[in-house]
Amino acid sequence: MDNRTEMHRRERRRYVIGYGGSLLLTLLMFGVTYQYGIETVGVYLTIGLLGLAQLIVQLVYFLHIDRRRSSREDLDLILFSTLVLLIIILGTIWILGNLSIRMHMHMM
Amino acid sequence: MKRAPTHSYPGINLGHRHASADKAAEVVTFGFWVFLMSDLVYFGLMFAIYITMIDAQAGGPGPHDLFDLKSVFAQTLILLTSSLTVGLAMLALKYNQPRARIVLWFGVTLLLGLSFLALEIRDFMAMAEKGGIPQRSGFLSAFFGLVPLHGLHVAAGCLWLIVMGIQLRVMGMTDLVISRVVRLALFWHFLDLIWIGIITIVYFGGLTYG
Repeated sequence: MDNRTEMHRRERRRYVIGYGGSLLLTLLMFGVTYQYGIETVGVYLTIGLLGLAQLIVQLVYFLHIDRRRSSREDLDLILFSTLVLLIIILGTIWILGNLSIRMHMHMM
Repeated sequence: MKRAPTHSYPGINLGHRHASADKAAEVVTFGFWVFLMSDLVYFGLMFAIYITMIDAQAGGPGPHDLFDLKSVFAQTLILLTSSLTVGLAMLALKYNQPRARIVLWFGVTLLLGLSFLALEIRDFMAMAEKGGIPQRSGFLSAFFGLVPLHGLHVAAGCLWLIVMGIQLRVMGMTDLVISRVVRLALFWHFLDLIWIGIITIVYFGGLTYG
């Protein structure tokens, strides 16, 4: 019985840590924008990294994906989907970006 | 002492207290995870189109004219909090707390989901008033192809929450209902992941490069 409430508390703490971490990263994201404006690449790079960090926090604390042996298959699937996504997204940007330069669409 | 809990599918695992439901959930939850990943690829395509369309404003209103970061901030906090309340509902389920408590957390989640949608629709209306309608430019078509697609997912999640609330009351805690609830929680957390992509790429990216 005691073991059970202990487990419950530990798992609840996991969710609260995930929430607190995500909240902090969100506040940082909007705080950086508010403080420094959104015009420069450096600011956007910071925002992108904060977004990536939040994705990882939520995957670990909310979706319980980690490198434990038993959740490997889920992680493999995420990694494979990420590979597919990278090919699709980078390929699209490459080809359409190239097209737009050749068509002088950036002159508009 | 430090025995790691068994973990057989993504999301919270129910463990030995719901042994039969846990076993039943294993295969279907993995199948649902495969669906979510293919949904992710679909969203990825929409993101790719948006990125290539950022400059294609055709003289129409752009991100600086249309985006309301305060509202986006509020929506982010609401969706993040709803991800926590779904997690708390799952803990209530896992640790055999009264069914009313699970339904209560689902109710809170539903309210948060609906207020998210209300804010989002208000934003779309404000954009339309400034001339930001899907047919105005490639940029706006891409925007309205992506962000409302996420909103549609949230709306489907709200409907799912209502249905599960009813099933929990009427059918009780059967293995089937429990396994559906597990998948609903997974779906809801997934929506928050997509939203992080949307604020990072659509809103901040749009304001930086648009």
